[in-house]
Amino acid sequence: MNLFDDQPTKFVESEEDFVVNVGPQHPSTHGVLHLKIKLEGETVRDVQPHLGYIHRSIEKMSEAGSYRQFSYLTSRMDYLSSHINNQACALAVEKAIQVEVPERARVIRILMAELTRLASHELWWGATGLDIGAVTPFFFSFRDREAILDIFEETCGARLTMNYMVPGGVMIDIHPNFQRRVKDLLPKLRKNLKEYDELLTGNIIFEERTKGVGYLSPEDAVSYGCTGPVARGSGVRCDIRKRYPYDGYEKVQFEEIIETGGDCYARYKVRMREMEQSIRIVEQLIDTIPEGDFQAKTKNVLKPPKGEWFVRVETARGELGVYLVSDGTMHPYRVKFRSPNFSNLSALKQMSVGGKMGDLVATMATLDLVIPDIDR
Amino acid sequence: MWTFGGITSAIDRHLSDAMGPLGAQITELAIAGVVLLGGGILMSFTLGYMERKVAAFMQMRLGPNRVGFRGSLQIIADTLKLLFKESFAPGMSDKFLFNLAPFIMVVATMLSFAPIPFDPALQIFDINIGVFFVSSVTSLSVIGILIAGWSSNNKYSLMGAMRSGAQIVSYELSAGISLVTIVAFSGTMSFSGIVASQADAWWIFKGHLPVWIAFVIFIIAGTAELNRAPFDLAEAESELTGGFHTEYPGMRFAMFLLSEYLNMFVLAGIGATLFLGGWMPLHLWDLHGFNQIMDYIPPVVWFFMKTFFIIFVIMWFRWTFPRLRIDQLLTLEWKYLMPISLVNLIIVALVVILGLHF
Repeated sequence: MNLFDDQPTKFVESEEDFVVNVGPQHPSTHGVLHLKIKLEGETVRDVQPHLGYIHRSIEKMSEAGSYRQFSYLTSRMDYLSSHINNQACALAVEKAIQVEVPERARVIRILMAELTRLASHELWWGATGLDIGAVTPFFFSFRDREAILDIFEETCGARLTMNYMVPGGVMIDIHPNFQRRVKDLLPKLRKNLKEYDELLTGNIIFEERTKGVGYLSPEDAVSYGCTGPVARGSGVRCDIRKRYPYDGYEKVQFEEIIETGGDCYARYKVRMREMEQSIRIVEQLIDTIPEGDFQAKTKNVLKPPKGEWFVRVETARGELGVYLVSDGTMHPYRVKFRSPNFSNLSALKQMSVGGKMGDLVATMATLDLVIPDIDR
Repeated sequence: MWTFGGITSAIDRHLSDAMGPLGAQITELAIAGVVLLGGGILMSFTLGYMERKVAAFMQMRLGPNRVGFRGSLQIIADTLKLLFKESFAPGMSDKFLFNLAPFIMVVATMLSFAPIPFDPALQIFDINIGVFFVSSVTSLSVIGILIAGWSSNNKYSLMGAMRSGAQIVSYELSAGISLVTIVAFSGTMSFSGIVASQADAWWIFKGHLPVWIAFVIFIIAGTAELNRAPFDLAEAESELTGGFHTEYPGMRFAMFLLSEYLNMFVLAGIGATLFLGGWMPLHLWDLHGFNQIMDYIPPVVWFFMKTFFIIFVIMWFRWTFPRLRIDQLLTLEWKYLMPISLVNLIIVALVVILGLHF
């Protein structure tokens, strides 16, 4: 199916067109995204994202460093999922050097990844409220996110750009307070999720603003390569944790959240329900962290054999793939990231043309874009 | 009842003795203007501070708490900051209109203060078409917004102005009709007359369900007229980055803010006067003992209590609701509020004709 049968792929701009530049400095692009939108009254007729404002050549720099070094850079890519980005890199290098990760490290990794997902979805919830015009959710979500970041800080010293998951396991063992603090936090998070529902989910204005808005059909979602909550909101089963389990996700009980609406509300519901599932995963594992090493014994300088490897993980925004090519030296020959946001953004035009200006903002909010992940 | 009557009549007597009736009237008008301006600025400071504190309360944060007692001087610090900002207009903009727009806003707002009775003796002028006057004068602010958006030479501002034009003109109707219900009940358009008609009980108690409907519609439509969330589409910072006042720097921006807060006060004041009795203490028909106790609280306190209650409700909206979309906003007005308020007006007419109200 050609998706562009009825619309030109190129953004054509003439003298009569009312073209508005949304971004790079705009409150709802959440970073330096630049959208050129063509308006007819309030109706969006065309959208073209312009990228490149934050390009830092992370892939190229990865090839200049060693196998241990490039995961430092990935923390800065999707900075709201930095634990999971590190995990992807660690998994790729582990696959290359064929090292067995101790059980304790694997459980810690899942715990950290799920807490990251919670923190990320919480920030997304607040930001979505902000984009739709409600300021208060932002503060509510920051309250809970801070609590999770405090736990991260205690264990790995960082709050945003962690570099905790390294090839062979995790960098240091968890802080002695970790389990207690997480267990204290979980009931509070559950309670606060109810509060989120009361404040935003059940609000009639919010429902009006999101239901039927920014529709993405399952076919289009697949065709554009959308992953994560965006694709699952359209009914596409694509949770890497379920499809291609890694780090022991096959041993924990959780649901793959699917909503079939395909609109902003469906994507919203997916993330809200995913938060519950993340809490469920953490609850299952927090009491049963096995004893043992937190890192496998690896050489100081990693030199994988010649070959190429691809691993994928489920970040808070979808599938992050790491493609690694080794020429047998201590530097990767090629590192390529398949980032979720880039593909999700590509569907924006499909979702927003024909809608109103306000719908574009709502759609962008439920895509949950993190721009540095797009401009690597 | 303690009123400002003693003070105002003493001033009037002294001025009349000194400079004759005409001179006294001109001087009194000048005094009223100065007091209004000062009081208006003080009121917008108060509301600005209150808004921050209400927001902080809703959002579990502290709000301003460093400058002055519990941050009470924060607004003054902000004003100073705005005063020192460079005052410029964007290139290719219509400089004259660009500079004119904030003044239109403030003047329109200040005019609407005139017929509101803060107290039996504290009313600038008591005209017999008070309700009509207020509803026409408050709608002037749309001209200010349109001019501001048009002259800014900014597409966001233009869109904000167009939105606000559609919005304010639409919601003016519902707000106006809900004011008419009280005019129908009390049989007068003069604010003092309306307050006097509530001496036995406020209209919200006397008028059965229709007055409640009118009150709710008035609050909704009024919030929309104020351009405040959830109807802040003219600014819509997440879509239009500030809408009609995107380009306004420093004090000219502050004047928009000033007029927004004063408009909110005027709207709440009108709502309090029409539906909740204005300065009239809580009187319940012939419970004389109770009524007398209520009379001990000065009318001006009653007025401000009711007004601030409505202001709090409007602020509450702002910090809990998401923003509507422009087509939903117009749908709400034209498909729901407007028909409901028209039907409600017919019911009110029946209630009044048949004498069904208390």
